[in-house]
Amino acid sequence: MTGIVIVGAGLGGLRTAESARAAGYQGPITIVGEESHLPYNRPPLSKEALSTGVAVDDLHFRRKPSVDDVTWHLGAPAIGSDLVARTVTLADGTVLSFQALVAATGIRPRRLPIDGPQAGCIALRTADDALQLRERLIPGAQVVILGAGFIGCEVAATAIKLGCTVHVVAIDTEPMIRPLGAELGSAMRVRHEHHGVHFHLGRFVTGFVGDEQITRVILDDGTELAADVVVEAVGSVANVEWLAGNGLDLSDGLLVDDAMAVIDAPCPMFAVGDIARHPNAWFPGPARRIEHWNMPTETGKRAGQSLAAVLSGAPMDTSAFAAMPSFWSDQYSHKLQSFGMPGLADHITVVTGSPDGPCIAEYRRDGQLVGVVGIDMTAELAPYRKQLMGQQ
Amino acid sequence: MKVTVDMDKCQHYGQCCFEAPDVFELDADGKLQYVADVAEERRADVESAADVCPMQAIVVE
Repeated sequence: MTGIVIVGAGLGGLRTAESARAAGYQGPITIVGEESHLPYNRPPLSKEALSTGVAVDDLHFRRKPSVDDVTWHLGAPAIGSDLVARTVTLADGTVLSFQALVAATGIRPRRLPIDGPQAGCIALRTADDALQLRERLIPGAQVVILGAGFIGCEVAATAIKLGCTVHVVAIDTEPMIRPLGAELGSAMRVRHEHHGVHFHLGRFVTGFVGDEQITRVILDDGTELAADVVVEAVGSVANVEWLAGNGLDLSDGLLVDDAMAVIDAPCPMFAVGDIARHPNAWFPGPARRIEHWNMPTETGKRAGQSLAAVLSGAPMDTSAFAAMPSFWSDQYSHKLQSFGMPGLADHITVVTGSPDGPCIAEYRRDGQLVGVVGIDMTAELAPYRKQLMGQQ
Repeated sequence: MKVTVDMDKCQHYGQCCFEAPDVFELDADGKLQYVADVAEERRADVESAADVCPMQAIVVE
């Protein structure tokens, strides 16, 4: 086996393969995936798919005909690699050789070491996780959600819709405070409370209680919450362990250059998606990992072009990489949407409307616009996107 | 080239409008409007628009 091996069968892996084909690469491509599923769309797993029932067949990405000849090696994660010998070892014992490697292994939920039984505590990342959670979100179920980020808040809204009682426990002072800031976070909390969500902010869990199954969650102030199911949504960890022992810095994903080539790799190697710590010309400063849905497509496209160049002996395009991070979130009837990197801001101003209704907030750092967030004002955000791209 | 948007899936986020503004547009009410019959030479941008749709609601044939 030669050609391109892509480790990671999610959106980033798929888009990289499609982009390499579009750029003229005709050699073999193998895509390795830990899950048994072909690439599928994850955002619905905390929203509509969780609400209506999880059918992974409905979530698969349409794959372009150009990747019909890709070899899919699914259900076996990579467990090791030798970048000098150019091999990847999979959990089923398979050893794959490659000319060029793509790391597209993404992230997994961070898990907290909490005392007590663990059965009934679910972290949501995969379709199988969502299926497991869906079975427990029955009317009247008592749901305790750890973490008040996007996934925690989206699951809270979905669980309310399904008739559950919902408690959210988070160390933060407001939900989604890092991307939104305190004012919009607070305004979203009020919307959740209006629908019946109970927040325990500035609090953390000290233990789970129950025989085999968790029945109660204990907080640091002594509060006890009855629980039929616990959802752990407290951040993520990059899946880079399979690259250990190759001398790469794995402390925060993989550092790449503008072409998505991994810095210091001893072979042609690229990283895409959630694990790629990349420069971004529109947002100067250190290279960053951005865990937004649109980034695997942006980074995958560039990596595919680089792969096609490298494998044909042509020079890679080393021009500055620029991509517009964007997130969106559906909670109840409300739509949150953002462009840029609002989390970088030192000053936030609501410029249109008011946070208790449709509104737009500008996020600035040292006076410069770095992001924009709208609640129920999608179309009005477009001019800000241009401004963030320096096209004002 | 035929473009179809599944309007049951579409949430009017308008990401497609940035990739192919001549094909996709949010109207004054913030609802997506699109051209269903598009010249073949626009394929690359229209496929990009389908790629970036968060709801994966766009089909290009």
